[in-house]
Amino acid sequence: MVTPTPQKVSSGGDKVVQCLEREGVEVVYGYSGGAAMPIFDALVDSRIKFVLTRHEQGAAHMADGYARATGKPGVVLVTSGPGATNCVTGLLTALMDSVPMIVLTGQTITSMLGKDAFQEADVTGITYPVVKHSYLIKEAAEIPRVMREAFHIATTGRPGPVLIDLPKDVTQGPCTAPFVDTVNLPGYHVPDRPARALLEKTAALLAKSRRPVLYVGHGAVISNAGQAILQLATTLGAPIVNTLLGKGACTEDHPLHLGMLGMHGTAYANRAVEHCDLIMAIGARWDDRITGKLSEFCPEATKIHVDIDVAEFNKVVRPDVCLAADARLAIEELVPLVRKLDTADWLKEIAGWRRQYPLKYARKGGLRAQHVLDRLDTLGGRDCIITTDVGQHQMWAAQFCRTTRNRHWISSGGAGTMGFGFPAAIGAAMATGTPTWCVVGDGGFQMTVAELATAKLQKAPVKILVINNHYLGMIRQWQELFFDNRLSGADLEGNPDFVKLAAAYDIPGKRVTRAGDVDKAIKWAMAYNEGPCLIDAEVVKEDNVFPMIPAGAPYSGMIVERPKVKMEKPTGST
Amino acid sequence: MSTITEPRGAEFELDPGKAPRRHVVTDVVTAPLHTISLLVRNKPGVLVRVSLVFSRRGYNMESLVVSPALSIAGLGAAPGEFSRMTITCSGDPDTLEQIIKQFEKLVDVVHAIDHTGQPVIESELALVKIKAGLRERTELLQIAENFKAKVVDFGAESLIMRCASETEKLDAFVNLLKPFGIIELVRSGKILMARGLDAT
Ligand SMILES: Cc1ncc(C[n+]2csc(CCOP(=O)(O)OP(=O)(O)O)c2C)c(N)n1
Ligand SMILES: [Mg+2]
Repeated sequence: MVTPTPQKVSSGGDKVVQCLEREGVEVVYGYSGGAAMPIFDALVDSRIKFVLTRHEQGAAHMADGYARATGKPGVVLVTSGPGATNCVTGLLTALMDSVPMIVLTGQTITSMLGKDAFQEADVTGITYPVVKHSYLIKEAAEIPRVMREAFHIATTGRPGPVLIDLPKDVTQGPCTAPFVDTVNLPGYHVPDRPARALLEKTAALLAKSRRPVLYVGHGAVISNAGQAILQLATTLGAPIVNTLLGKGACTEDHPLHLGMLGMHGTAYANRAVEHCDLIMAIGARWDDRITGKLSEFCPEATKIHVDIDVAEFNKVVRPDVCLAADARLAIEELVPLVRKLDTADWLKEIAGWRRQYPLKYARKGGLRAQHVLDRLDTLGGRDCIITTDVGQHQMWAAQFCRTTRNRHWISSGGAGTMGFGFPAAIGAAMATGTPTWCVVGDGGFQMTVAELATAKLQKAPVKILVINNHYLGMIRQWQELFFDNRLSGADLEGNPDFVKLAAAYDIPGKRVTRAGDVDKAIKWAMAYNEGPCLIDAEVVKEDNVFPMIPAGAPYSGMIVERPKVKMEKPTGST
Repeated sequence: MSTITEPRGAEFELDPGKAPRRHVVTDVVTAPLHTISLLVRNKPGVLVRVSLVFSRRGYNMESLVVSPALSIAGLGAAPGEFSRMTITCSGDPDTLEQIIKQFEKLVDVVHAIDHTGQPVIESELALVKIKAGLRERTELLQIAENFKAKVVDFGAESLIMRCASETEKLDAFVNLLKPFGIIELVRSGKILMARGLDAT
């Protein structure tokens, strides 16, 4: 008789990791801890690379950056309790910007759930409002089904983060359940192609327009609709504007492209929106940063809305047609139905605004952030991925660094999460190998600065460009403009020497204080690809981002320079 | 890998030019309360997800009834896999439309239908405990008879009546009882079903 060789029974943790492998996961970002030990143990035998960050928030943003740069889901693995709660900001950031992410959290053993066990937190409870969906796995047999469903939900339709809470006994115990390939979700419906009748109606509305604007958002990036939109724009003779997150869907140096619209958009984009007779949102959601005062937002214009998420229809504006569809499929099917419009006068008018209100900044009085970013754009920034943090530098980067490729612009839009830019850059650079500029404020950089260690260790080609104004600049700007310059909680007194800080991690750095030195520093960083490097750009402390439509003001209230008179406090959202 | 995603129960009219808000009837003045029925997957957390749709908007549910649903033809449901929720709530039409769409967006919600203004059969159950000495009994029993309520507990100083009816009739019933001194009142919340072959 032959004794059968004992087969190693997979643990729940093994199964989780095997499922990740089957989903094509290459890298997991995270931080270890007791409740997640069995999953960490399983990673030892896996070909999946694990990246130990320095904080769970960093892990979440790295996975987010990875996902935004590739379109593939980013994966995070953290422990229970504080490990999981440290991911909440990352979940919000990903949810608001529709980023596919899988967050695996360790949890106390099932028999202790609800008993205040060590490092227990009601993680599914805490995170309901910041996930697309979530699971608490009570039995190992559920692992394969839940893992398949989670990836399906995270990556289809409007993407978003999915959290899976994994009690330690579930991951430590055996799991013999077979892998699952099908998904049966009767309540989950994803539109793909638009209805023919609505496409025809859209085409008919377009045919009547003389002053159209195509308003392109993140949905166009996600569905890779850029080529189709450019085709639509050129066929119609219609100008394009994009949102902060729509940057890169259509190359911003196209002659029909007017750059970004909204609060800090270009004046000519905003004038076009103000005066259009038709505005077509493509994967964009009429955010308050875009509409300004809603009751005065394009009141006469025909509105068309293309979105894969039907809950966006009629949420903010009530469009004339709503196309529930993947943006690329919708536009591809629309193009053959439209013809050239008579927009010659319209384009001439826009060209006039372009001449009248070019993006500009003072050349005197010290080093300007705008100059640094303008030079970055000229010296090859368009061939790199650019991530930003949140604040003035973000808006200047959006204005001056034109994005010419899909997924080459990564920024936290909906949540406006300070601390996002640097870890996101690490994730994007690791995912693509593409040199990645991280444009970051001196405030936000310090929120996740500990990831210098991760960047160094991973040799991520991240070029950190600190726009160092020694202020929470955007806060200072608002206080100057709307609060009688009564500065409060805006001074970043106590900043470290960022070059020395980088040096402490063995990361090379340079300080730039004069406009004349900017090119040299950028070229130096461009040439250094062995790992991260840093430029500390000491820019003028007090400078403002213009144009600006104050929050809650109408487009007609756009200011293009510092107003002479005192301004009312903004009434719009934040 | 194959994927089965069934079409949703509630259809959204995605062309507002044609017929905006088909399921969202806007007559707030005469019908301040809306009734929404949900078919949901019976998963832990589904109730929280549904309530969060209200609470994050600062809205409240007036009543909520959850009960097991039959397995759904074609969905291969094991027994106990689905539940029904019947929610009554107030709110302006735009908010209500958002709320229904947000329900629909939840992965565990199979469909959400606003039945306001639709032909439906509705029902609610009330248990009322009333202070009742000998003198009040006759009158109370007359009211009970009128509303087809049943006395389910007779005490020396109290009685409990059970009444099943439309919500408005129950309101009237309870109002008539108030002068007698209601000690306790428990109502089940409204349930309803669409008439004919329409889906609930
Ligand atoms: C986590 C977080 N906290 C607070 C804010 C509010 N906020 C928005 S911009 C800003 C200032 C950012 O300062 P800095 O990083 O130095 O960038 P700058 O505006 O100076 O370019 C603050 C505090 C935020 N967006 N995120
Ligand atoms: Mg700053």
